[in-house]
This record gives sequence, structure tokens and C-alpha cells, in this order.
Amino acid sequence: MLWAAGGCGRTLVFGYHFTAKSDLPLLPVLSSCPAISLLCRSASASGTFPVMAEEENRVFGASEASLLIRELRDSFKSGRTKSYDWRVSQLRGIEKMIEEREKDIIQALYMDLSKPELESFFSEISTSKSSCKKALKELKKWMMPEKVKTSMTTYPSSAEIVSEPLGVVLVISAWNYPFLLSLDPVIGAIAAGNAVVLKPSEIAPATSSLLARLLEEYLDKSAIRVVEGAVPETTALLDQKWDKIMYTGSGRVGRIVMAAAARHLTPVILELGGKCPAIVDSNVKLEVCVRRIIAGKWAANSGQACISIDYIITTKQFAPKLIDALKKGIEESFGEKPIESPDMSRIVNAFHFKRLVNLLDEERVYHKIVLGGQREEKLLKIAPTVLLDVPEDSQIMQEEIFGPMLPILTVENLEEGFEVVNSKPKPLAAYLFTNNEQLKKEFVQNVSAGGMLVNDAILHVTVPGLPFGGIGESGIGAYHGKFSFDAFSHKKGVMYRSFEGDSSVRYPPYTPKKQRLLKALINGNIIGIILALISWYRK
Amino acid sequence: MIWRAQPIIGIKTGGWKRREEGYIQRLYDKNQAANNFAHIITHHLVVRRQKMVDLEKELAAMREYYSSGNTRDASWRRAQLRGLLLLLHENQTEIFNVLKQDLGKHPAEAYRDEIGSTIKSINYALDNLKGWMSSEKAKLPKVALLTTAAIVPEPLGLVLVISSWNFPIGLSIEPLIGAIAAGNSMVLKPSELAPSCSSFLAQKIPAYLDSNGIKVIEGGPTVGEQLLQQKWDKIFFTGSAGVGRIVMAAAAKHLTPVTLELGGKCPAIVDFLSSSWDIEVAVERVLGAKFSACAGQACIGIDYILVEKKFYPTLVELIKIKLKTMFGENPRDSHSVARIINRHHFLRLKCLLDDPNVRASIVHTKKSQEVYIEPTILVDPPLESMIMEDEIFGPLLPIITLQKIEDSIEFIRSRPKPLSLYAFTNDRSLRKRIISETSSGSVVFNDALIQYLADTLPFGGIGDSGIGRYHGKFSFDEFTHYKAVAWRSFLVDFWFRFPPWNDHKLQLFRHCYEYDYLGVILTVLRLKKPKPSSAS
Repeated sequence: MLWAAGGCGRTLVFGYHFTAKSDLPLLPVLSSCPAISLLCRSASASGTFPVMAEEENRVFGASEASLLIRELRDSFKSGRTKSYDWRVSQLRGIEKMIEEREKDIIQALYMDLSKPELESFFSEISTSKSSCKKALKELKKWMMPEKVKTSMTTYPSSAEIVSEPLGVVLVISAWNYPFLLSLDPVIGAIAAGNAVVLKPSEIAPATSSLLARLLEEYLDKSAIRVVEGAVPETTALLDQKWDKIMYTGSGRVGRIVMAAAARHLTPVILELGGKCPAIVDSNVKLEVCVRRIIAGKWAANSGQACISIDYIITTKQFAPKLIDALKKGIEESFGEKPIESPDMSRIVNAFHFKRLVNLLDEERVYHKIVLGGQREEKLLKIAPTVLLDVPEDSQIMQEEIFGPMLPILTVENLEEGFEVVNSKPKPLAAYLFTNNEQLKKEFVQNVSAGGMLVNDAILHVTVPGLPFGGIGESGIGAYHGKFSFDAFSHKKGVMYRSFEGDSSVRYPPYTPKKQRLLKALINGNIIGIILALISWYRK
Repeated sequence: MIWRAQPIIGIKTGGWKRREEGYIQRLYDKNQAANNFAHIITHHLVVRRQKMVDLEKELAAMREYYSSGNTRDASWRRAQLRGLLLLLHENQTEIFNVLKQDLGKHPAEAYRDEIGSTIKSINYALDNLKGWMSSEKAKLPKVALLTTAAIVPEPLGLVLVISSWNFPIGLSIEPLIGAIAAGNSMVLKPSELAPSCSSFLAQKIPAYLDSNGIKVIEGGPTVGEQLLQQKWDKIFFTGSAGVGRIVMAAAAKHLTPVTLELGGKCPAIVDFLSSSWDIEVAVERVLGAKFSACAGQACIGIDYILVEKKFYPTLVELIKIKLKTMFGENPRDSHSVARIINRHHFLRLKCLLDDPNVRASIVHTKKSQEVYIEPTILVDPPLESMIMEDEIFGPLLPIITLQKIEDSIEFIRSRPKPLSLYAFTNDRSLRKRIISETSSGSVVFNDALIQYLADTLPFGGIGDSGIGRYHGKFSFDEFTHYKAVAWRSFLVDFWFRFPPWNDHKLQLFRHCYEYDYLGVILTVLRLKKPKPSSAS
């Protein structure tokens, strides 16, 4: 996922095109950063940018950030957020907010991304709501201390694992699913009993300001806050000491967040992205398969999703058939002129539009287009585009595309495809379409990814029983369902001992008999214990 | 505590090469006479760079070995765990010796804290490995027809374990058990401050384990720094918070997840205990957890005691008596208290006592000599003194008196979160309050240190006392990626999942997400009218 701006401490973050220059000397003045001004320009150029800067004249700086966190820390220390009732009331508040303000949410998403209503509904609103419902339903169970067995070594004793809130946590969310990716972590943080600060992405301004308004209206202001803003605000926030930081966005900013967290020894969850592959076998039911690919690419925010299909791997012989079917499928879904279709989101802003066009217009890439390729700069729209056999070292195969272009790589056999996937950084998701059971097995065994789904795309993230998170370049930590609760909880081991049944063996002075007894005790060797106790032992 | 906190310079190899070469160039330019000197430096740098290149090659080979899939086999994991077991069984005398050399540990203490506990953990891992390795089915809602889902554990790859000097064998092998059980390849860097143990591990581990997948790299801060510049799939660090920050900052460059096992000032609340048996047992346990666990140089050792003012005279008297029975008139000769690791730490601890106000609070001590400090008890040293600000990590035990024992909760809350909290009390309501109102890595009632042995409890800190947890299955989890896997069939599909969108499809989504199956059927049969959509 690409978050074009963000930063921490004295480290400045540069715009997208400055990648991999983390060891540059630090720039002292923010406004001198060309990427930031480019971003601002691009945002206003998109035309749907609501007026919001005026009312936010007051800059959110270091002193505001420290004041905010002090307030929230006081609320947390009062113990209010720990109670079951508080958690439930806040979760109910979120549920109510989603129910009552569905129209506003859909509108904000439309303003930010031209997201079709139905897509907004099923990918953002419903998912947030069901994760809220799930938390409400299970919370009591999640909060219950878990009794664990104790061994003979520590006999007699009892033990349990208590879930306790971490404290004050920071959630930095992304612009592509600005509502879901803000609320889903906040739900986890609240369920676990924390005080939360949410920093929505400034690149989806309408949703950001809507969230700021709604959360204040529906939730407990003294423990749940929204801070809107871009790099300077995020920098001010990251300078503070948090008890957990959850960040959704790009690997580059993820590194900055983690480095900032290291200064305070703050644990992090990083939900990043990566090039998610889809390997397509020739024995599939083509029509269904293509529909699912379309749902996992263009109907997923025009490919601007961290788990949308980034590229396809298939066999040389099958590629033409697949392309034909894709052509038909795209027409069925988005009409003859997909660029005019209201059923597809637009590109978020001019900056990303330009980035995508640059990927597409690379000399060696452009003539590989087999479908689509049209773009409309004014509307920030790019038609569903399929490319065949682009060079491996072209930019479009090097970085996460995060847009409506879909390169197809061809291989001799699909096992070779596994190697292609494994030769790249580990993706957040990997997909396989096949009816071959053996291939499915090999895929699960040999390909490493955050999560994987066979014969479909994206749907696995809606399963609350599955953890959602990356590995390697695609992230650290996981959430969703109970995993969200766990991510924002500390698992405290609690052990109870009584004063009875003490054995002097543990304490000095150490005698040879004690040593033998100790050995037997630790090894759980009952006969050894008895032998040692009656001082009957072999030399 | 372990390394000097050195800044990590020039993460990109190119960066420091260039900088160092520029420096050499300037030396040449400035003064021709310095030529010889520059030659020496150049030679030194060449050697260092060569070492770095060698290290990179070595790690590349390990990655290759990991990719071959050998370390993933259950049989490999078992063989390595058995190898560790054999190592511990066959070399006990030698381990006793190296621990005696580095820390003056008594064999009984060494067995209890380092050998025995590790053997127990290996056996536990061997017993449970099969269960840990198998994937877990995930529950699915009914709308997900013909779908199955599972959570599949998979190893992370190449991991780095950096261990500490206070339990140089135990804290090296304990994380290795998890890393092996999870199927990773790994590098262990033992602490250079326990040199005998470090070289013992470097010698023995290759003899008992598969050296293609498991390596020991010895060295100090320079080696540590070089290791941290490499890309790892996990870094497991035991040590101080200062170095922990450096480790995590270095890990951030490669997005490497970290487990940090740090320390903190672990308090022991001693409530008024009415039965004399209880008091005696409590004091024994406190003293055992303080002085007989590496002379207080343990991250979960008791750092200080909190006690009610009216109870403390009884407590101090009993402590003095018990100290005598445990360690004799002359504790040094009892060989039951370990020594201080080195002169640096010895001076640090002496420095803590140099504050005249702290010195005045000592109620029990003997003379300290060389690098040995006798068990020392202090009552009410100033709270703003170093001894009450820093983790003591030595055989000094301050007792802080409070008006009411309940005040201990606020006392603990106002300080950084400790790795462990101990409370000796029979008062149920106090126990409850301690659990819910204070925060610490773990809580133990009426005992201390013993949580280290519980395989079923997570062992790890919170806040300044660390990130992540291990022991038992938690060790396996810490070195495992839980991959979410779902399988779908091509048979059933909801046609309304795909564009072009219309109100009818929206209505179906509504029912599906609310698990309103009747609604789905009615809408499909067009018996229910869809709500009109709102946006344009």
C-alpha cells in the first residue's frame, strides 16, 4: 500500500519518488520538501477536495500531541476504559454510528475515491459492522482469564493468563479503505480496553474529516480521539510514547514508524502490502475464475487494495484463453467503455495517477498492453488494463502496482510460478486458481505469504477466524476478530502459590541430596523424587 | 547492561566504505609522514570489510540451506532438539565449570536455573511438537458455502538470537528451542561478557547440531553491530532496554519483527502474614529469588521489597536469621552466592551504595572484596537515589516501607512496568486489585522466579520490560508465521458479488452480512423489494 507522506521525529519522509534514500541528510524544513507540495497540488487538482483547511488553522504540534496523550493517559489510568461496560458502550456507539450515518460514509467515500456505493457498502461498511458485532458478541469470552495447567516442577500452584489493555495506542490508517482500515483497528483497541488516537489518512480528506466528526459525536471523547493531518501531525504523534502503534500503509513509512517506536520500545503492528500474485491453472472453470479475478482486482477499489491481485502467473498455452475471458468478463462487469463505468473507483489523486501512467508508459511495457490502456486524466480514471509478458525488471514488476493494471506472466509450468513468487519479497496475500489437489498442497507448503486463498481472491480477509497480517516486507503482526483483541492486549501470566508444600531444596545451602532431588523434580521424574527423598540413590 | 550503546553507523555497506575511505584519503593528503599509520588503518579496515563480506557469504549460505526446506522437516526439528538434549546431558560437568568460571555459580544453582530448566523445556517441545506444527481449522459463517479455512504455521526463515551473560547457557538455549521447533535456521550470538560459556557454546553446538542451519557467532559490540546490519526474519534479544532500542531501530531498516526480553525493577510486595510458617516461607522465597539466582543479576530477580511500616522490623529480623542459615556466617565461603560478572558491574553496584543517604540505610552487609558483594539489605533508601531509579541487578535488596500495603499499588503504577511482580499475601481482595490495577509482564503470588519454569505461561515484558513473549508454545509462536489459508470451490458463487452493481445486489449483501438467510432467499426470489440506494 502506498502512503505518499508521513514521518517521525527529526526524520522527514519524502514523497513516493524518493524511495530508498533513507540515509539522506535530514531536511530541516517541511515545506521545502517538493513531494509534499506536489501532493498538496495534486490533491487540490482532483477537484473533489472539500474545504477543510480553514477550520484547522491551529497546527497540531509537539505540545498539542503531548497534551493529548497526557489527557488520554489520565483517562486510561482512571481505569474507566478497562471495564466491560465501557468497552461495550463504545462498540455499540460504533455500531450505531455506522447504522445511522451510512449515507454520509458512502458519500465521503464517493468524494475521496468515487467508490461505487455497493463496493463501499460491502467492502467498508458491512465489514466494519460485522467486526464490531463479532467483538460485541465475543467480548466477554475474550476478556476471561484463561486457566492453564501447571506442571509438577512448580507444584502446588495454579495459573492463568490475564488479558490486560496496553494503555494508550495510536492507529495510523490508510486512504484506500479509509473507513474500514480506520475503524477495524479502533474496534480491536477498544475491545481490548485501550485509549485510542486515530490518525486517518489526509489523502482521503472527506473520510478523514467525517471520522473526526463522527467519532467525537458517538464515542467517549476522553479516551477516543481523532487527529487529522499529514506529515507534521504524524511526526508530532510519533514523537510521543505510545503503548502500541498500528500502522497501515507502505513499507517505507512502516520502517519510519518502527524506528520511531524503537525509541520508546513501543511494539508495532505494520500492515503493509506487496505484490500479491494469482497463479492460474488451465483446468479451472474459466468463467467463474475470471469473475473472481475481476472482483479481486478492479472491483477492489480499482486495484488500490493491499490484497488485490497485483499480477497473474499462468502457462504459455493458457494465457490467450484467459485474456479472451478477461475481455469478456470486463465487458460484462463494466460495459463496453469501462473508463466511463460508475462501478469502478477512480485513482485517489493526481500524484498516484501520474505514478500509474508512468508505470504503464515505460517503453518496454506500453506495447505489452493487450486490453485497455485508456486513461482520463480529468476524471483520474484508468481503464482495466491487462499486459502480457512485461519484462521482469520493468518498474511495473518491481513495485506494488496499486492500480487497475494487471500484468500476466507466462511460465512453462506452474511450479515455476511458485519460484517466481518466492523470488520476490513475501506478499500479503497469494492466490491460486486450480482444481489440482496436489498443486494446492504444494502451493500452501512452498509459497510464503501473509495469507492465501485458493480459487478466489480477497474473500479470506472477511473470515474473522483467520488472522490478517503480513510477513517480511508485507508487515508485522496480525489482526481481525480475536486476533485484533490479542494485538491490543498484553497477555499477563499470573501464578498462584500457597505457602504450603514448600521444599527447602530450592534454597541454599546446597547439598548433594538437594541437587539430586532438584534434578528429579525438574525432570518430573517421580521415582527419582522418591528415591532422592528417602536418600536412596546410586553413586 | 551488556554492550556499550554504540550508534549503528553506515547501514548500507557502501556508506561506511565511502566514509572510511574518505578519512584515509585525508590522512594521506595532510601529512605524508603519517603514511605508515594510514597503512595500518587501511589494513585494519580491509580486515574488517573482509570479515563483513565473509559474514554475508556465510548468511547467504544459511538462507540457501533454509530454502532447501531441510529445517522445515519435523524430523530435522526433532533431531536438533534431541541434539540439544544430548549436549546438556553429556556436558554437565563442563557447563558447571564454565558457569563457575564466568559467574561463580554453584552447580545446584546452575542446574536449577540453566541446565534443568532447559532440559525440561526441550522435553516439553519434543512432546508437543506434533500438535504445534499441525494447522488449525478456522470456523466459517454459513454464507461461506463450500469454503474451508485453516491457520497454517510456517517458519520465519533465518533468525538471530542474541543472549545475555547472566544465564549464559539457559538464555541462549531457551530461545533456540523455539526457533528450532518452529523450523528456522538460526545464528546465536552469546554474550562476550561470559567468555567461557560463549566459547563452550561455540564449540559444542556445532558438534551436536546441524551446523548448516544453526551457527554460533562469538563476539562483542563490533560483531553485534555487524550482525544487526544484516537482514533477519526475526531478532530475539535478551538484555538491557538501551541495547533493545538499538536492536529494534536496526530491525526497522529491514522490517524485521523483534522479541525483546528486557528487565526492570521487579517489586515484591510482602503483606502482613499472620502465621509464622507463612512468614518464614515467604522470606525464604524472597531471599532465594534475590541472592541465589545469579546474585540478583536476573531480569526477574526481586529488585526491592514493599512492606508495611509496622511489619518491617519482624521482616528484617527474620531476613537476617534466614540469611545466616542459607549462606552461613561468611557467605563468600558458602559458594552459594554467585559473583558479580565483572569489574565494571562491581563498580556500578558499589557506586549505587556510595550515596551517603543510601549508605546510611544499610542494615545488613559484610565487606565486599574483589568482584564479590555480600547480600546487602537496605531500609528506605531515598526514592530518588540511583538504587531506586535503576534496575539494581546485583545482591542489594532495598526494603521500602509504606503506611498501608495497598499503597504499593500506586507505588508500582507510578514507575515503569516491571517484567514481574511478586506479592506475598493471603488477602484475596488485594490479589484481585494487584492483577487488575497494576501492569507487569507477569504476576506471581506467594513465590518468585518460579514462573520461569511454567511452560504454559507466557514469559515476556510489557512497556520498558520488553516486547513479545516466549516459553513453551509461546516460543514456537514467536518464531512462527501463522499463515491464513482459505480454499474455495468453483461450484457455488454469489453472482451478486460482481459488478455491474444495482440495488438488488446491495440488498443481497445486506442480508448476507447480517447472516439473514431468509432475507437472502426472499430477495433472490424477488419477494422483497430492495431499498433504493443513496449515492449518485
